[in-house]
Amino acid sequence: MNTPSNAMPESFDAQRVVPASLSVTRPMYWSVRRELWENRSIYIAPLVAAAVILFGFLISMIHLPNKMRATLALDPANQHEALAVPYDAAAGLLMGTALLVGVFYCLDALHGERRDRSILFWKSLPVSDLTTVLSKASIPLMVLPLFTFAITVVTQWIMLLLSTVVLLMSGVSAAPLWTHLSLFQMSLLLFYHLLTVHVLWHAPIYAWLLLVSAWARRAAFLWAALPLVAIYIVEKIAFNTSYFIAMLEHRLSGGGAEAITAPNSFPMDPMTHLTPGNFLGSPGLWIGLAVAAAFLAAAVRLRRNQGPI
Amino acid sequence: MACIEARGLRRAFGTTVAVDGVDLHVEEGRIVGLIGPNGAGKTTALNAILGLTQYQGELKVLGRDPWTERDQLMRDVCFIADVAVLPRWIRVSQALDYVAGVHPRFDRAKAEGFLLKTTIRNTNKVRELSKGMVAQLHLALVMAIDAKLLVLDEPTLGLDILYRKQFYDSLLNDYFDRTRTIVVTTHQVEEIQDVLTDVMFINRGRIVLNCSMEEFESRYAEVTVNPAQVAAARALRPMHERQVFGRSILLFDRVDREQLSNLGEVRTPSIADLFVAVVGNQSGQAQGAAK
Repeated sequence: MNTPSNAMPESFDAQRVVPASLSVTRPMYWSVRRELWENRSIYIAPLVAAAVILFGFLISMIHLPNKMRATLALDPANQHEALAVPYDAAAGLLMGTALLVGVFYCLDALHGERRDRSILFWKSLPVSDLTTVLSKASIPLMVLPLFTFAITVVTQWIMLLLSTVVLLMSGVSAAPLWTHLSLFQMSLLLFYHLLTVHVLWHAPIYAWLLLVSAWARRAAFLWAALPLVAIYIVEKIAFNTSYFIAMLEHRLSGGGAEAITAPNSFPMDPMTHLTPGNFLGSPGLWIGLAVAAAFLAAAVRLRRNQGPI
Repeated sequence: MACIEARGLRRAFGTTVAVDGVDLHVEEGRIVGLIGPNGAGKTTALNAILGLTQYQGELKVLGRDPWTERDQLMRDVCFIADVAVLPRWIRVSQALDYVAGVHPRFDRAKAEGFLLKTTIRNTNKVRELSKGMVAQLHLALVMAIDAKLLVLDEPTLGLDILYRKQFYDSLLNDYFDRTRTIVVTTHQVEEIQDVLTDVMFINRGRIVLNCSMEEFESRYAEVTVNPAQVAAARALRPMHERQVFGRSILLFDRVDREQLSNLGEVRTPSIADLFVAVVGNQSGQAQGAAK
């Protein structure tokens, strides 16, 4: 509710005494909720992915006791790796799902409201273009990562508990699972990975997609991809170099390299070491964030100018 | 303070000039009908007033610059820009939640009260509603907002006559209270004639007529002239003449009614007839000039 701006008695509440400047957070909060109402795939897709993963895992447990016996014959370092595989895979699949959802969400975010003319309704309400664009950007940069984190942690715990039950019933010791898999540590690493790579490092990608969706009249996906291909081709023909594509590749798959050592290991592997100082000191991070801010500012300007299409 | 104050308002798209130097002064508490043919610049002028498009010239709405202060302005201004702009995926309850969440002057109980009189249920999605029901829902949302200015751009286009009648009835009975200002455009001019306090004609981006309804009624007269007196009537320089069932109907501007009553049956013209006379004459002149 609005914070009362002065000492008006309660009986005047029907007249709704409005503070001179309504807080910024309220329109923001409702705009984000609005996005979740419209785009239910934001939470349905990861939930479905988790269900599919658990279903597959359930079937794979037929072989679990035998696999466990084979694993116990390995030396401890390899044991750990063999045990962690399904857990890392589950996290990877869920993050991949969130990435896909985020990309398609962004491409439609500022395009759909112009296509169905509902922008005329949204603009008739006292919500600024900045609030609207930021609420849409918060979906891939806040809501999806947090949701992915929560659902991954829950999925991994279910997997671990299921395995334990199956192993206990078949008379094989479940102890190695619990000694090798530290789920708390894995969750911490997952959170770090999501924050550094999926939020901070990927921010300019989502901002670019939002910008294109604010600008394109149709085929937002093509407009998002074709200019990049065009730059690559021009650079290749003109200078016979491919710095641009290397830069894109670094943006898509890099970031993790700065955030952790042991670049070839999976991000959730507890053997890796976090190097946040290294990450925060990398110019790529800050250039990326500056570019993201510029893209979002351009998207705000575009939304202000654009009407329905 | 004037509700809308524009001087030399102009908006061009490339070489097409949509609004060409419009001067506008709308006082508080008026219901203004903005009437014009397709492509006359009505929607562009309204979009400028609502902060949806950039413009040249001076424009103040409730003392604010709409282009730079749209979100502030929308606390006191409400608009229905077209029929069926409510998003199709939204539920009625969600629409109420959202507007209540972002609009400080929205009275949810009032909106729910309006909806109770309709067949719209809180659990309905907009895509399940008919076009007329969507208009009812939008009107319920808008009327529950305590705004100073309401702008309606073709709010009843494509609705059947029952919904159209009901729309303007609720607007007058449940919303308008003489401190609010309403600006409305429509092609169904005859339906809002009794509603308006002021009428404006716009053609080719310019205001070609601007008067209050009292002035309208005293200034303009339409005469079904007795066949024998047609020549005498034409000598009084009518602004327009048309034939209905073989009889001449002449439209006069500022001619003494007493004098006219000798020529035939005198009455106040409909806005639609005056519109045809004013705007039709203009296009006729333009076509003549082109030849």
